Amino acid sequence: MKRTTLDLWVGLFAALGCAALLFLALRAANLTTSVANEPYTLYAEFDNIGGLKVKAPVKMAGVVVGRVAGIELDRKSFRARATLVVDKSYTFSRDVSAEILTSGLLGEQYIGLMQGGDPDDLAENDTIKLTSSAMVLEQLIGKFMLNAAEKPSAPPAAE
Amino acid sequence: MLNLLRGMGHSLVDAVWKLGFICRFMGVLLAQSGQSLLRFRLVVREIYFAGVMSLVIIVVSGLFVGMVLGLQGYTTLARFGSADALGALVALSLLRELGPVLAALLFASRSGSAITAEIGLMKTTEQLDAMAVMAVNPIARVVAPRFWAGVLSMPILAAIFNVTGIFGGYFVGVSMIGLDEGTFWSQMQNAVDFHEDVLNGMIKSAVFGFAVSLIAVFEGFDARPTAEGVSSATTRTVVTSALVILALDFVLTAFMF
Repeated sequence: MKRTTLDLWVGLFAALGCAALLFLALRAANLTTSVANEPYTLYAEFDNIGGLKVKAPVKMAGVVVGRVAGIELDRKSFRARATLVVDKSYTFSRDVSAEILTSGLLGEQYIGLMQGGDPDDLAENDTIKLTSSAMVLEQLIGKFMLNAAEKPSAPPAAE
Repeated sequence: MLNLLRGMGHSLVDAVWKLGFICRFMGVLLAQSGQSLLRFRLVVREIYFAGVMSLVIIVVSGLFVGMVLGLQGYTTLARFGSADALGALVALSLLRELGPVLAALLFASRSGSAITAEIGLMKTTEQLDAMAVMAVNPIARVVAPRFWAGVLSMPILAAIFNVTGIFGGYFVGVSMIGLDEGTFWSQMQNAVDFHEDVLNGMIKSAVFGFAVSLIAVFEGFDARPTAEGVSSATTRTVVTSALVILALDFVLTAFMF
């Protein structure tokens, strides 16, 4: 085998390897969305985040506008503090509300945002004040059971 | 009874001695490899034989592994009504486990055995001794280029294996079964993380490449200089590589994920 053909094949081999890695990065791992768009950070404090996980989507009207970058417990207020990384092209009013929703009956949980009416917009590192917690199934059942137990005794008291 | 104990002790001492020898061999190899990396043409030649010539088997097996994953994954996922997650299943199992491990096993049996046989035969026909007489260090001239060629080829082969596997899964899932194309890719993109999955898989395959290449050149260099010795060395390369790959895979997985 001549040297030049051999070099050519090895060069092709290396190029193929780079192309494969590029494909894995762009097509399989979707590296572009986190690099191309400039994000900014918001915080939201919840009483209970339920099963929310890091990297869960942040949606407004069903459209993904960002991701949950981190979840930690606030040491003073003992509430869960979620870090949201949101695309810079979206801005929200100061009284935007955040709630934790579930996609489907048993699907993953995500943060849903609802636009408010305040003319001022949230700036970087601001905290979303209006939040409602995740629906925890056990608490829901507990409340339901409590209601069911109270019901028979309630009508006599009203009479 | 005593003989049995003696036999066990003998094989244990032998194994420890061989482990020490392989470590010393690795030290000498790394110390001598500066020369061969400067004369990169030697490595390029070996990359051609170890890497480029393995492309066919890597591409074909990657395609079939991906297709089987697509079929099996679909029947299992469809039972739980989540056939949409097929893309994520195929990509994650390939990137994290099957790609690096299967590519390394194929590489060990295709190229590792060839390297061992080549170096073993050079030793048998006293070519290595002749080199040493001519003041050419056989480790720098013969062993190091083959070793580095293996180390460099392995991640590339694993990446190509992953890509063809994903396309195999895509072919079965989207073209044959008729899943939605957009869901297939978006599920995959949601599930796969570049650092967590792609890079860790690449690190895995680099480690496997290092281990397989080291075993291959060592067994060749250590072979008894007879026809029988070369054949048993080739067998040992494949067997030891397979065991080391699977054991290392467990250790790396435990640390990474």
